[in-house]
Amino acid sequence: MARAFNWLLPHPLVTLILTLVWMLLQNHFSAGMLVFGFILGVLIPWGTSIWWPDTPKGFRAGKMISYSLIVIWDIIVANIQVAWIVISVPATKLKPAWIVVPLELREPEAITMLAGTITLTPGTVSADLSDEGHSLLVHVLHTDDPDGVRDEIKTRYEARLLEIFS
Amino acid sequence: MTAQIIGTYIVGLSLLIGSGFAIVGVIGLLKFNDPMTRLHAPTKVGTVGIGMLLFASIVHAFTLGEPSLHELLIMAFLFVTAPISANFIAKVNIHKRACDTTPNPPRDDTWSTLNTPDEDGVADN
Repeated sequence: MARAFNWLLPHPLVTLILTLVWMLLQNHFSAGMLVFGFILGVLIPWGTSIWWPDTPKGFRAGKMISYSLIVIWDIIVANIQVAWIVISVPATKLKPAWIVVPLELREPEAITMLAGTITLTPGTVSADLSDEGHSLLVHVLHTDDPDGVRDEIKTRYEARLLEIFS
Repeated sequence: MTAQIIGTYIVGLSLLIGSGFAIVGVIGLLKFNDPMTRLHAPTKVGTVGIGMLLFASIVHAFTLGEPSLHELLIMAFLFVTAPISANFIAKVNIHKRACDTTPNPPRDDTWSTLNTPDEDGVADN
């Protein structure tokens, strides 16, 4: 039973998301569209599953929701900070810096999410991954304390992602 | 009727905030003079700027009585793709050495962008 379920729905969460996206694309709710969205949600992951065989094990959706809320809040706050930096700091007084974040995360999905979070929260852009995937290169727009920024990324985002993908 | 008036005010206010953030992004793009710092302003401030414009569109559709949630999809795709384009621009800058020299990673040999095989097929560092 479990094997049949895995064969039919290799990525259950993707099925759910695809159904939701289809419903949003239709822009009005009807039962037929829900069923058709679900059929697409089954067929697309099933047809493409040979290209991504490894599903991340132990993904905690509940923790993911609270993480998303924290990230959205940080995006809003940090946007105002960056807007203020852009307006008030003259280009010659800007202190950009490279920082290196050593990674404890191992799953590619988790590292992608961390890099995306870093880029979306303004003031930092994740630029590159080291060749073996042990550290992340991050560019900071304006900081007096590069180590503080690195520690904040480690404690605020990476620790939570370690809990989500565990 | 009052709900419609309140809705109109919310739409106007979010349009103003959104365009304000968008213009700050443009100012940042013009003002800074290094490719890496230039990258920051439009990719970030843009997300909240466009987010507020889309929010105004949602509220407007609801006050007109034709609810529409397409904007949520635009926002979702924007949030997924914005980091990737920023990442590619940053990689090009590193590759062309158009920015300050990058620090070396502590546990590995080099950054993956700089890890290009030379003609013998051996990675050079």
